Amino acid sequence: MLSVENLSTTYQAPGAKPVLAASNINFSVPTGRLFTLLGPSGCGKTTTLRSIAGLERPSKGVIKAHDTVVYSSAGNIFVAPNHRQFGMVFQSYAIWPHMTVFQNAAFPLQVQKKRLSSKDIRDKVMKVLAAVSLDHVEEREATRLSGGQQQRLALARALVMEPRLLLLDEPLSNLDAKLRDKMRFELKKMQRELGLTTIYVTHDQSEALALSHEIAVMNEGKIVQIGSPRDIYERPANTFVADFIGTTNFVEGTVRGGADDRLVVDTRIGQLNVNAQPGISIGANVSLSIRPEDVHLSDTAPAPSSNSLFVGTVRAKVFLGECQDFKIDVNETQLLARAHPSVRTLVGEQIHIAIDPEKCTVLAA
Amino acid sequence: MAVTTPDGSTVHTSLVQGWGRSFDMKWVVIGLCISVVAWLALIPLGFLIWQSFASTSTAQVPAVFTLENYATAFGTTDSLGLMFNSLKFAFGTAAFALVLGTFFAWVNERTNTPFKSLFFAMSIVPLIIPGILFTVSWIMLASPQIGIFNQIFRDWFGLATPLFNIYSLTGMIWVDGLHYAPIAFLLVTAAFRSMDPSLEESALMSGASVIQVAFKITLKLAWPAILAAFLILFVRGIESFEVPALLGLPVGLRVYTSAIYDAVHSYPSDIGLASAYAMALLLITSLGIYYQSRLSSQGSRFSTVTGKGFRPRVSDIGRWRYATAGIFILYCIFVVALPFLVLLWASLQKYYAAPSWAALHNLSFAAYGEVLAYPGFYGVVWNSAKLAIGGATVVMLLTSVICWITIKTKIPGRWVLDMLASLPLVFPGIVLGLSLMIFYLNFDIGIYGTLWIMLMAYVIKFLPYGMRYNSTSMIQIHKELEESAAMSGASWFTIFRRIVLPLLKPGLMAGWIYIIVVSVRELSSSILLYSPGNEVISIMIWEFWQNGQYIELSAFGVMMITALFGFLMVVQTLSKRFGVKDV
Ligand SMILES: Nc1ncnc2c1ncn2[C@@H]1O[C@H](COP(=O)(O)OP(=O)(O)OP(=O)(O)O)[C@@H](O)[C@H]1O
Ligand SMILES: [Mg+2]
Repeated sequence: MLSVENLSTTYQAPGAKPVLAASNINFSVPTGRLFTLLGPSGCGKTTTLRSIAGLERPSKGVIKAHDTVVYSSAGNIFVAPNHRQFGMVFQSYAIWPHMTVFQNAAFPLQVQKKRLSSKDIRDKVMKVLAAVSLDHVEEREATRLSGGQQQRLALARALVMEPRLLLLDEPLSNLDAKLRDKMRFELKKMQRELGLTTIYVTHDQSEALALSHEIAVMNEGKIVQIGSPRDIYERPANTFVADFIGTTNFVEGTVRGGADDRLVVDTRIGQLNVNAQPGISIGANVSLSIRPEDVHLSDTAPAPSSNSLFVGTVRAKVFLGECQDFKIDVNETQLLARAHPSVRTLVGEQIHIAIDPEKCTVLAA
Repeated sequence: MAVTTPDGSTVHTSLVQGWGRSFDMKWVVIGLCISVVAWLALIPLGFLIWQSFASTSTAQVPAVFTLENYATAFGTTDSLGLMFNSLKFAFGTAAFALVLGTFFAWVNERTNTPFKSLFFAMSIVPLIIPGILFTVSWIMLASPQIGIFNQIFRDWFGLATPLFNIYSLTGMIWVDGLHYAPIAFLLVTAAFRSMDPSLEESALMSGASVIQVAFKITLKLAWPAILAAFLILFVRGIESFEVPALLGLPVGLRVYTSAIYDAVHSYPSDIGLASAYAMALLLITSLGIYYQSRLSSQGSRFSTVTGKGFRPRVSDIGRWRYATAGIFILYCIFVVALPFLVLLWASLQKYYAAPSWAALHNLSFAAYGEVLAYPGFYGVVWNSAKLAIGGATVVMLLTSVICWITIKTKIPGRWVLDMLASLPLVFPGIVLGLSLMIFYLNFDIGIYGTLWIMLMAYVIKFLPYGMRYNSTSMIQIHKELEESAAMSGASWFTIFRRIVLPLLKPGLMAGWIYIIVVSVRELSSSILLYSPGNEVISIMIWEFWQNGQYIELSAFGVMMITALFGFLMVVQTLSKRFGVKDV
């Protein structure tokens, strides 16, 4: 179990002005969970991860792993990275080119305080190499591995030391798309089976949604939302998260009135029904986030319901196989929609739109 | 290309003529360069080889083919000892310098040792303290007779026999190794910097200690570069002249360089034997340079630089950082403070005496006045200035054309040019001096005994440096910059003068300054080429030493070091203003 409190890390290069790369980071990860730091390039994910690893010295905060404090600015505690027993996989994999596959994986056991016999080392290493299916290339020079194999070797090297915490920095970003999908599943399976507490850094939202128990979305050095993948996707806390996680339509408007737990919002495309939200009162300016797949399209007018209904004109459409993407003009505002391939309306024709109040996320504008 | 003008007539654009002319001009310049470089690099070498097979000619007996020189040079037990001495000295120097330099590089790049900003400042010190002054100062510090260290131990601890003897193989290795350590430092630092930091970080995350990371990862990964650095230092060591001449010769400890000097300066001088020694020396340096260049070309195998430009983190080494800082400060004391102070002390005396309260009362600036009033002093300084500036200018201009040919054109055989211009890397200074001396003695075109032959020696010796500075910046000039100039109708000569040279300027300036500094300290070639009236600064120091004028030598040395230091400071400030990076 890991907990991070008020963590801030500043880079101070001599002669340059300091960069506050991570500021006031708070989160905790229960044992056995996979926690993801997600955000655009340069938002401070790596910095946060490296601070946890001990590779950067934070400027303030507390980091606890399994109830031992590994960093505390107040207590002036800083446990060196080599004493933290955290496994880490680097974005570049950092496979040592002067060693064989076996030597790479055996290194953490050879340097650790507790002396192991070479037979014990061999057994342990072969076991992890088998787990990542590299046991057949153990004698190969590490430089002569494919990208995917290097990635698995890096993982094996992090696992062999039986880490208290596994830190992964964009471990899949150097792989091609096919392999990335495959490794994503393997990684997930392995993490769940071994029950390893894991921190995963990525800028790829689909990767984060697919793998994580919990996600922290970061922007400009701060965590802007923490939640389960479903939470983050369906109830983004602000426009940044809504925009960053998948594509979305933002519709600006003003809250006109409401009844029960419903609000009516006046927007440029017309009146929309949305779920009431604490803190949003009548007269407030809001921004509605509607995912393209929540913009329901039909060739004929749907039956009346609590859904908001509109009519628009198809501007463009792209057939993608299992679905099709539409661009639709509604009162001179463009909406993106993702629809079932059965929708037949042609470009330039009128199309019917229904939007479920449940699927409209109200964000303070 | 023909273009039809609005009035209907067809004109040939100037582009055609431009190309036509530039084509001719280009070949003239290229041809000239090739012949100059070939003449500079090859002829003396060829003649040296020939001389080594010739018997000594006298007025009565013309030279004939003989293997006698080689028999003397390699066939006797004496000569075997010479070879062993040379190899031991070079090996020891290289190893000592490399250990020191690698240690400092690691401390500077990877640990949180205090005073780190001083490390790079330190690395220019051997540039401004010429080898001969450094050696002399160490004689004053650790010779059995006058060495201050020995006197201190005698006075304080009552030791009967001197503790240190600088006139020994160990002494030679100590002095030269200290002096060369910064070269190792710079070379290894470059290797450490080109390393992917995550390779070391992942070892740290695996639980390895800072020392384990250093030995199992950092050094192993830098190994090809370290080996290459060793070979460079080894070649430097085997070429080294000042230290063996001043520390070895007095006690009969000879290496190839000092043996060559001896053979030339004995009476009658034995040019054939000197040439045979020179051949042995050339063979060793060629092998060294050959393996070094092979290593360097495959050395990048391990350097997997990632896109992230951030330096690797430095490790907190706790209290050890005081120890590492201490070693560094000790090194600074040995390599800068003590040598400079001992020269300063000596320069302020009337007769040389070790520092003491009594001697303190005899301080005077008389020696400085004496040096300044020395007959020919200004001539000597002027000679050095002319040679340094002239040599640097010729080298940088010549190599800029050579680099342009080897890098920017596809002319077949351009590698020959590259090779020829880099060939002088294998010439030890004394061998170069020897070969020029015998060539221009035999083919008298009126330059032997003038400054011109020394200028030629400097140009040859520093060609490879010019190549290095110019090729680095030439590679960065995009082909299209020239092409766009050509498209606007400029001739080759204009393009070169107006586009290429200005773009090369930072590299040109840096190389120019570097060559000026190393020219001023040049001794090992000059020693065989100067003649009375044509002395240069380093020769004057040498003569002071030979005449036992230690006080004058020290005063001159202090002035020279101060001047070189001042020159570099001015250049540094200027170059920061004009965007010239590291000198
Ligand atoms: N060693 C450093 N020195 C100075 N600034 C740094 C350093 N490392 C990172 N930064 C800066 O800190 C900020 C956060 O960097 P970080 O590497 O944590 O981003 P990231 O979220 O991992 O991005 P990416 O997805 O591109 O890896 C960036 O603005 C970066 O330029
Ligand atoms: Mg990153």
